Amino acid sequence: MAGLTANTDLLRQILVGFVRDEVRKVGIQKAVLGLSGGIDSALVVFIAAEALGPENVHAICMPYRTSNPESEAHARLVAQACGVNFSVVPITPMVDAYFEMFPDADNMRRGNKMARERMTILFDHSALLSALVLGTSNKTELLLGYGTLYGDMASALNPIGDLYKSHVWQLSETFGVPREVIEKKPSADLWAGQTDEEELGFSYRQVDELLYRMVDLRLTREELVATGFEAEFIDTIYRKIRNSHFKRRLPVIAKVSNRTIDRDFRYSRDWGK
Amino acid sequence: MSDYTAILAQIKPKLGCVADNLALVEERIRQAITDQADLVIFPELALTGYFLKDLAPEVALRLDSPEIARLLDLSRSISIAVGFVEVTDDYRFFNTALYLEDGLVRHLHRKVYLPTYGLFDEQRYLARGERFRAFDTKLGRMGLLICEDMWHLSASYILAMDGATTLICLSSSPGRGIEGDTLGSANAWQQLTSTTAMFLNCRVLYCNRVGFEDGINFWGGSEYVAPSGESLVRGRLLEEDSVSAKVDEGALRRERIFSPMLRDENLFVTMQELRRIERERGL
Repeated sequence: MAGLTANTDLLRQILVGFVRDEVRKVGIQKAVLGLSGGIDSALVVFIAAEALGPENVHAICMPYRTSNPESEAHARLVAQACGVNFSVVPITPMVDAYFEMFPDADNMRRGNKMARERMTILFDHSALLSALVLGTSNKTELLLGYGTLYGDMASALNPIGDLYKSHVWQLSETFGVPREVIEKKPSADLWAGQTDEEELGFSYRQVDELLYRMVDLRLTREELVATGFEAEFIDTIYRKIRNSHFKRRLPVIAKVSNRTIDRDFRYSRDWGK
Repeated sequence: MSDYTAILAQIKPKLGCVADNLALVEERIRQAITDQADLVIFPELALTGYFLKDLAPEVALRLDSPEIARLLDLSRSISIAVGFVEVTDDYRFFNTALYLEDGLVRHLHRKVYLPTYGLFDEQRYLARGERFRAFDTKLGRMGLLICEDMWHLSASYILAMDGATTLICLSSSPGRGIEGDTLGSANAWQQLTSTTAMFLNCRVLYCNRVGFEDGINFWGGSEYVAPSGESLVRGRLLEEDSVSAKVDEGALRRERIFSPMLRDENLFVTMQELRRIERERGL
């Protein structure tokens, strides 16, 4: 599928340029990001290291006690491979302290809390280091809503938010992300043995093929069926996109004045930059 | 007409910062004067940046503003094509390009085709120009286009029929499409400038900006396309550059002898059919 095969040299040039330009134009030289041991954050840290110089990039691994120890090992490996600053800030004390008050909380609540705990650490380090927080959500998970609002979805700049997971794999090869990170099964790592694809119920490659045709090429449902996608799969994915759309928007503001923020008060974020 | 040198100033304007951008433009003009160029061309909205939205009225300049006066003054030493937001006495805001020469505004073009699809939203904020006119300069008869204008065949066609032998296009083209050998939008533009030059036996001077605005890249690749359709010099992709084009009058003469399609263009037939279409559509 041509659309899911990216020109990785071009992509690299654009994304490195993006990080360099958008970070420096606000008068900042550094970036900070969470490194999970997975491929998305690994790719972003490689992009950032090339854009800003590894000495200006701070990667933070934030494990919880149930996280797979392999994740931290992989995060460390990635940080070493691209030469960035690396530190570990465990989130177990804060998360456990909170859930002592709510011992019956389910996995979803716990997972969201962990993602938001990590977000607060990254934004605290943003202030500490004068560094912008880089996001690591890819287009596949953003469209499916497979992320925590104000958690892992929060950032100042996201270099890979317009890349499907399939693109992330390709570009990671170009950057030389360590093999074991590219090849392992994607996981949110909230509990032992969890994998994204098992939880979602389909593979990233499968859904990327559909999303690309549905979102980027704007094929109709009939055309998608004719292309060979199951009607039920199409409908499930369409619903996921629709039902998670709120996560991709700013909070809704009740309009009462003539100029409401983002409605008829419209400026680019790079205003004056 | 004799040969001349045109500089395509592939700059990175700052969004909404007219003073900074004016300084940048003046610096490039002075450099072009030092380099003994005859013409220096800047991108669309070089003085303001592109995704202005509600900033458009705040950064707009009157033709008699001190900023334009400074550029007019510099045009005594070199011809200048530059883009900015123009405000008129009746408070309309235009995406405008000026051609300045010998301290005078030789031509003013207001962008006719304001794209409002995909990532574009120009017509929400800006008023639409209503004419395409060729104009005479020291360097020959020219036509000015602003970015999307060129995607309408009629625009270049009118300018060529009006006698322009050089089409100058000021652009702020966002880069998109990462599937092919080169950037999708760069590839599309390169086909367009080449085909336009070839169809109309005109040379094309295309100046596109670089930099990022809210994550959107502008891809540069400013180029000089000969009347044969051949790209003779092209700026860097995605990076600032200064492209020096040696414009060869002989190439235009030869092309117009070898491929006299424009000479043979039948304006009578074209007008007759366009009038018929207009009539039948009930316009």
